[in-house]
Amino acid sequence: MIGKLFKKHKTIEIKNIKTTSRYNDISADMYDKCKFCGDIIFKEDLIKNEKVCPKCGSYHRLNPRERINLLIDNDSFQEYFTAVESSNPIGFEGYEKKIRSYQNRSNEKTAIVTGIGKVNGMAIAIACMNPYFMMGSMGSALGEKLTRLIELATDKDLPIIIFTASGGARMQEGVFSLMQMAKISSALKSHSNQGNLYITILTDPTTGGVSASFAMLGDIILAEPKALIGFAGPRVIKQTIKSELPKGFQRSEYLLEHGFVDQIVKRKNMKSFISRLLRIHQVGI
Amino acid sequence: MNNSKTAWACVALARHSNRPRTKDIIELICDDFIELHGDRYYKDDPAIIGGIGIIKESPVTIIGHQKGKDTEENIKRNFGMAHPEGYRKALRLMKQAEKFNRPIINFIDTPGAYCGLEAEERGQSEAIARNLFEMMDLEVPILSIIIGEGGSGGALGLAVANDVWMLEHSIYSVISPEGFSSILLKDSAKAKEASEMMKITPGDLLNLGLIDEVIKEPDEGAHLNYELLGITLKEKIIAQMAAYSNIKKEELSRLRREKFRNYGHFKDNNLKV
Repeated sequence: MIGKLFKKHKTIEIKNIKTTSRYNDISADMYDKCKFCGDIIFKEDLIKNEKVCPKCGSYHRLNPRERINLLIDNDSFQEYFTAVESSNPIGFEGYEKKIRSYQNRSNEKTAIVTGIGKVNGMAIAIACMNPYFMMGSMGSALGEKLTRLIELATDKDLPIIIFTASGGARMQEGVFSLMQMAKISSALKSHSNQGNLYITILTDPTTGGVSASFAMLGDIILAEPKALIGFAGPRVIKQTIKSELPKGFQRSEYLLEHGFVDQIVKRKNMKSFISRLLRIHQVGI
Repeated sequence: MNNSKTAWACVALARHSNRPRTKDIIELICDDFIELHGDRYYKDDPAIIGGIGIIKESPVTIIGHQKGKDTEENIKRNFGMAHPEGYRKALRLMKQAEKFNRPIINFIDTPGAYCGLEAEERGQSEAIARNLFEMMDLEVPILSIIIGEGGSGGALGLAVANDVWMLEHSIYSVISPEGFSSILLKDSAKAKEASEMMKITPGDLLNLGLIDEVIKEPDEGAHLNYELLGITLKEKIIAQMAAYSNIKKEELSRLRREKFRNYGHFKDNNLKV
């Protein structure tokens, strides 16, 4: 009964929740504040809407499991390379502890999930980066998992689809993290030389060493609306050029306009769009 | 390798205003050199120079970041921070080298690829990514030598090589010590401490297996004796080119891939038991 009551009042404000006794029964973990429009939204509504705010249409970031659920056919996903984890290659103080705290928080070992699954029956290799795990930063473990996946896809002649979300190279691993850019690009070159398809989907944010390597190497490059995509972060650029940045700078729409993205695809259309791309490439035939 | 100098001293020498630049080194090692300009898409980027030349009777393609010697030249050359057209010019010249079967020598000396509005507009990320991708396959030898600052992706864009060497007082890093200190140490004034933690000196990187050779500098730094540096480098390069001439074309690309494939330091729990 109470649940029914609240479904009618989706636009309630926080102050009402606090002061009106009728709303006391709602627990705090049932609603969230949209970080874009500031409105209160029911988590259930947000999840139902694939984490696009039902009020303002802004895209909330997804973790890799949510991505896989949206794209991959039920029960067809098989995860690979789960045994690979970060070490502390340059002995940076506090790094292991930081990794552990992210592992505990996210219930993931690394900032990427890699595996094989099906999209409307067509088999693909898929990797999803995790913007909630140290901002999806790329260290040796991430580089190794992704390289192994690309090698597996090359071996099996499978297309590879990567959802990027990363602040860039993981500084705590020094030059090791820089080298992952070359290592992954090399694996992609072999995959490509065999005539295999590679699709990247740039999501918020895709910057730094990830942007300057595999994110930009897709045969087809898609982006979610309004994702931040760039080599340097906007703050650094602002400091460098000492002036304000134009509106919409480094967003998906800006990259489309400047010729670096093939299409911007809405989250709700992503599966059918990718499915069409795979079909045109005769995947699974 | 003598590790007596601190990392910070290495940073200071790598950035020294009198340090030999790519052009100086070309003059020291080449019998002839002709500069070639432009990326054929947008413009010529003075922050990266390139061209063709002769070293001891053998044709080579040489590309490198070019910093200035004074403020005026530094402004012209954007302090060695290239725009996308710089990386695209480099790739054009490397493909040309492959066509004419000339070995490629890249000199690296950049604080990083330029972080500006126009660089983003013209696809800094795509330009660097494309170089990493295409350089892997080139069927000519690539030797990259870090002569000063090896700043992150901007350095790597010329460093997908069969061999990566560093001059004794150069650095190679994923981010500048200043950036590292402000982001990870939460204090931009701790660049010196950061440099000691980051493992960016030639000695450290050689120990980690991330570079192949350290080239000893004369006296207390290459800025004090260009001639001697030139003699050492020329000798080493000639020997390396001779070694490459015994390796088959396809093998060069395979060896390059294998080298980068092995870079990484991680745990694999499957290998423990």
